[in-house]
This record gives sequence, C-alpha cells and structure tokens, in this order.
Amino acid sequence: MGRPSTAVRRPPTSRDTVERSRAAVILAALLALLGTIGLAVVPATPALAQGSESVRGAIRSEGEGVAGVRITVTSESGESVGEATTDADGAWEVPVPGPGTYVVTLDTATLPAELPGVRQDTVTTVVNAQQAKAVLFVIGEPTGEGGVGPPAGGTSRLDTAAQLTVEGLRFGLILALAALGLSMIFGTTGLTNFSHGELITFGAIVAWWFNSAGLHIVPAALLAIVLSGAFGYAQDVGLWRPLRRRGTGLIAAMIVSIGLALFLRNLYLYRFGGETRSYLQYATQQGISIGPVTQAPRDYVSMVIALVAILAVTTALSRTRLGKATRAVSDNPALAASSGIDVDRVIRVVWVFGAALAGLSGVLLGLSQQVNYQMGFQSLLLVFAAVILGGLGTIWGSILGAIIVGVFIQVSTLVVPAELKNAGVLAVLIIILLIRPQGLLGRRERIG
Amino acid sequence: MNWTSILNNAIEAAIGTDMIIYCLAAIGLNVTFGYSGLLNFGQAAFVGVAAYGLATTVATFGLSFWTGIAVGLVAVVVLALLLGIPTLRLRADYLAIVTLAAAEIVRLVFRSVTLRDTFGGSDGLQAFSGGFYALNPFQTGLTTTLVSFSERQLWIITVGWVLIMVSLLVVWALMRSPWGRVLKAIREDEDAVRSLGKNVYGYKLQALVIGGFFGALGGFVYALAFAAVQPDFTASDFTFFAYTILLLGGAARVFGPLLGAIIFWAILSLSDGILRGGQSTGAIPDWILGPTDAGAVRFMIVGLALMLLMIYRPQGILGDRREIALDAR
Repeated sequence: MGRPSTAVRRPPTSRDTVERSRAAVILAALLALLGTIGLAVVPATPALAQGSESVRGAIRSEGEGVAGVRITVTSESGESVGEATTDADGAWEVPVPGPGTYVVTLDTATLPAELPGVRQDTVTTVVNAQQAKAVLFVIGEPTGEGGVGPPAGGTSRLDTAAQLTVEGLRFGLILALAALGLSMIFGTTGLTNFSHGELITFGAIVAWWFNSAGLHIVPAALLAIVLSGAFGYAQDVGLWRPLRRRGTGLIAAMIVSIGLALFLRNLYLYRFGGETRSYLQYATQQGISIGPVTQAPRDYVSMVIALVAILAVTTALSRTRLGKATRAVSDNPALAASSGIDVDRVIRVVWVFGAALAGLSGVLLGLSQQVNYQMGFQSLLLVFAAVILGGLGTIWGSILGAIIVGVFIQVSTLVVPAELKNAGVLAVLIIILLIRPQGLLGRRERIG
Repeated sequence: MNWTSILNNAIEAAIGTDMIIYCLAAIGLNVTFGYSGLLNFGQAAFVGVAAYGLATTVATFGLSFWTGIAVGLVAVVVLALLLGIPTLRLRADYLAIVTLAAAEIVRLVFRSVTLRDTFGGSDGLQAFSGGFYALNPFQTGLTTTLVSFSERQLWIITVGWVLIMVSLLVVWALMRSPWGRVLKAIREDEDAVRSLGKNVYGYKLQALVIGGFFGALGGFVYALAFAAVQPDFTASDFTFFAYTILLLGGAARVFGPLLGAIIFWAILSLSDGILRGGQSTGAIPDWILGPTDAGAVRFMIVGLALMLLMIYRPQGILGDRREIALDAR
C-alpha cells in the first residue's frame, strides 16, 4: 500500500541507451571490417570485366593457358559482335551488347600446332542480364562441325527440357536459401525486408575477398557464411530492434530497409567495384553428363549443399526447442511472449540464421554466375516472388515457391526469349496474387 | 578545387532537368502515396512508359511529336488501369512488391533483344525530339555568373517549370476538393470511408491514374531533355529516389516534392563536386576515394538519408507528423 507506482516501473532509459550504443559499436565495427578487407585486397586485383554482359572463358591444355587463340562472337542472326585473343593464361572475354543468344567460334587455325584441336569449335550460348557467361572449349579431337553446344544441334527438345529443369532446380534451391531467411524474418517481425538481397551479395563478396586474399574458396565460403550471420546479428541489434522498440510502423520499417539496401549496394560498389569477378577455384570446369543433363561438377555440389542446408534448417525448425519457439513467435508473438518465450532472442536468432543462409546462397550464386555488387538486388524480386508464391511467412511454402520459381524461369526459356524469362515469372507472380493472395501454402487471412 | 564551378553546378542541378523529372515523378507519388497512402513502387514504370510512348511513336513509327505525347498519355492510363485493377485490393506490402515487379517487367520488355526493332534494346531510342525543339522560341542560350544554359536547355527547363507549376496547382485544387478529402480519409481509415458508402477501390484507381499522369509528364521531360530514352533509367532506383525526395520535402504537402527535389539535387551535385574536387586535388587520398567512387559514395548518402529521414523525421521538412503515421493495413 502506498508504494509509489513509479518505483515498480523499470527506468527505461539507461539500459536501453547502453544497449543501443553497444549495438551501434558492433554495427560500426562490422562495417569497418567490411571496409578494411576491401581496402586491403581490391587494389591488388585486376579488373576482369567492365560493363554488364559478356562471354568469357579460358583455353587451357594440361593446366597451361594457351595464348594467342582467336575467338569470335556473332549474334544469332550472324552479325559480328566482337572478337578476342587469349592472353598468357588462356583467358579471353568479349563484351556483348545485351542479353540474348550468341554464337561463339574458336578459330582452330590459331591453335598451336601441337594441339589436336578442339572438340567443338562453335558453341551457341545464352547470356542473361548482367552475366559474364563462361563458354568452354575442350581441347581434343574434333567431334564434328560446329553447333554442338549443350542445348543445340542434335539434342531433342525433351533433353533440353530436362537440362533446363535441373538448372532451374539448382537455381530454385539457391533461391530457397535466401527465401527461407526472408520468410522467417517476415514471419517473426512482420518486416518486408527489401535489403535481403544485399545479404546475398554480402556473402558472395566477403567470400570473394577471402578467396582473392589467398584462401581456398571452401574455407573462404565458410568464413563468409559466419560473417553473414554476424552481419545479420549486427543489423538486428543495431537497427531493427531499436526500431521495434520505438514502435516504428511496418511500412516505415520497410522504407528504412529500402534505404539500407541503397546504402549497402553502393557501399559494395564503392569497395568492390562495378566489375563482375569469379572465384579463383572451380571457375571453369568440364561438364559431367548424367543422362541428358550436363552440368559442371560445382553445380552438382551446389545443389547438394543447398539441399542439405535447407533440410538442416527445416529439421531444426520442427524438432528443436528453439525451432518450435521460432514457429510460435511466427504464429503469434504476444501469445509466445506470454508463455515464456524470449521473443527478442528468437528474432535475433532468426536474423543470424536468415543472414547466414542468404550468405550461403550468395556464395553458391557467385560460383555459378560470378560475383557482382548487384547480384543480390537482382535476385531480390525473384526471392520475393518465391516467398509470396509459397505464402509469406511459411517455411515450406517459401522453399516450394523458390523451387517453382527457379524451374519456371529456366524451363520458360523454351518458349520465352531468354532475356524476358524474369519478366515471365514476375507476371506469373502477379497472376498468382490475384487468384490466391495468401500463396500456395499460406493461411487465409486478410491480405486484400 | 574550384568552388565557383561546384556551386554553379549545384544551382544548375537544383533548377535543371534532372530536378524537374524527379520533381514531377514525386508529385505523382505525392498523390498516390502522400495523399492516398498507396505504396506504389512502380512510379518508374509510368515515367518509362510515357517516355517510350513518345519515343517509339516518333522514332520507330515516324508519326508526329503531338501524336507521340498522346500515345504516351494513353499508354500511362492503360498501365495504371492494368496495374491498379488487380493490385489495389492487396495489402500495403504486397502492393509494394507487385508494383515493383510490374515496373521491372516494363523495363525488361523495353530492354529485350527480341523487341529491339521497336524499343531499341539496351541502347534505347534517339532522334525523336526534333518536333519539340522546332517549337523553341529561344534563339540564344543564357549565361550569367550563376548559371549557364544552352537555348535547348533553356527551352526544356522553361517547359518543365511550367509543367511543375501547373501540376502543383492541380494537386492543390484537387486536394482541397471533396474528392481530395475522400482520398485523405481513405489513407487514414479505409473501412470508415467504405462504411460511408464511398467506392474506395474506385478512388484508389483514380489516384493511381492521376499519380501516373504526373509521372508521365516527368517521362516526357526526361525523353526530350536527353533527346534519348534508355531502359535502365527507369530501374527501381528511380522510384526509390523519388520516394526519398517526397519524404525529404514532406509527403502530403503540395510543395513537398518541389522542395525535396531541389534540395536532393543540390546536395547530390554538391557532394559529387566536393568529392571529385577533393579527389582530383589530392585533398582526399586515392585509397579512400578512387576516380570512379564519387558516384557510389553519393548514393550511399542517399540511402543513409532515406533511412534517417524515415526513422527520425518521417514528415520531412514541410510535413505534419500526424499525417503520415502509416501502418500496414
């Protein structure tokens, strides 16, 4: 009785301020780290490719680069696009005017006389937006006259479809890694995170920095994933939790995430540069054929890694205490809090794992499509499409959605021009939203 | 470092064509987002469709300049209806993603190799602005101690400012009309408006069309000022910058977009000039800022400004905090 009510109330200021300033220090330290790594490494690295789209490759014989080989690139209709001559490492690159189908021809007359020739001297290839497409010429006895690139010549439409399906499955699995994080973050905090793409780029770029500093890509990738998790932690503690405490609305937070995305993307441009670069290992590999499908070994491994990571996360979500707590928070934060779950801790864990998964997807994307400061931003809409297709906030939905999006994108190139495949999937996204706004596996609630 | 030229450039940027393009786009956003509360992230698509409508009609099909303007406007209205009819029933964050996706579709179509003969692929279209500059009454350019513009620039800037003033007048008149009050009411509480018997969906669609219309004016100024259109100009960053401008000046305020655009471009030009100047004179060492880094750094500033604005002063310079207490509905 008579106890002044103010004494019961926790004085909110001091501890919050300490936490906030600590968080700011962590964020600043991480950004500084990002900066110093870039400073240490970037100036020493030659620019591989300027501009947006190109075709590239390396001619090698018994591990040695073959210099002086002439490569010409023409458009599908036969117009000359450009030519290049291989350098001392056998590397060559021809910039192309835009996405589309190109015919790459190796002038066998310029090959050194001691080499038997190349298996196929003409390869037809499809270049996507912002892609530096790797084209492989295999040294060996010629197997026939031109036009024998993977999806061309004598291959049947069915084989092409199988090839595209597997490629789409791979892309879908990589997208699913990012989509999982986006969906979990949305589920637990309600934030539509427009800066999730920059988490993808973060993983890819950090792995590239370690890689170019001399570390093999495998440990470099592991380090990058750990740092991505730390970056997610710093983002939550330094930015998103303070915003939640201030009671910032979801729309305002969404616009903040757009600002953050702009900031980070240009920070990458500033430190990493506008070039497209590839990792030092596994950049060019001889394809392995399984049935009608030909992929580089790294692509098979990528699929397995992505699948294992997805299974691990989903198992953890359904079996472990923390996973159950995460789903509980996703369901109803207030109820979860009142049953003794530390909601803030769950959200923090979700940010760490969501960012780490995005980082992993960035590394895998970097392996197959090379590293560029815009790579995450360009995947962002596809990740959104995947998450919405499956049902925003659902775990299995986002995985299913990502795989559908991935396969759809690749297989649609059978009928849709390659450069419009992303437009096709975005159009499908809009149509799905009209018919079933809650997504495939989402619960029916107020979305409209 | 040449402070006079940096200052001159900043003044030119603050009243020049870039400012006019973004200001008109932001005026459109002010109608859809500021007054009606619709999270339209497809404003770039309206700008792009209007610019391409004009450019394609004149450059590809060889019709007259005024036909081009008409085609651009019709295309924008069609786009607004196509975009609005399916999406305006969606929740705010879904609307944002769908409009962003739609803008990306538009850009990819303009960029595609398949339609190169019509839209010019990633190079875009040129040679369509002759009809506009034939109307130019200015014989000589303007050179003063503060700014210097060629006669062509002078003409497009005059037209642009007239468009801005007329647009602001129209927005002011619309928003003090009963129609505008309904829009603001929809932003505040959609269900309450619905219970009063208003057709909320119809009002939202009208707001989207009108917002797109102002964006179209920006698109025309863009196409004519550069005498070229290029698909990547209307990438999603365009919309994000327009949002930054609107939030800086103050959403749901008639002069918000104008003030925001002037300050935005002045700061962008100043920071660019200072960074480049410092870099070339050696005041900023090379390891901090390489020759090509100034562009990236100034857009980092934009991103940071957007975050800080939204966190600390969502009402911008002119706005009223209570008016944009937005939340997901």
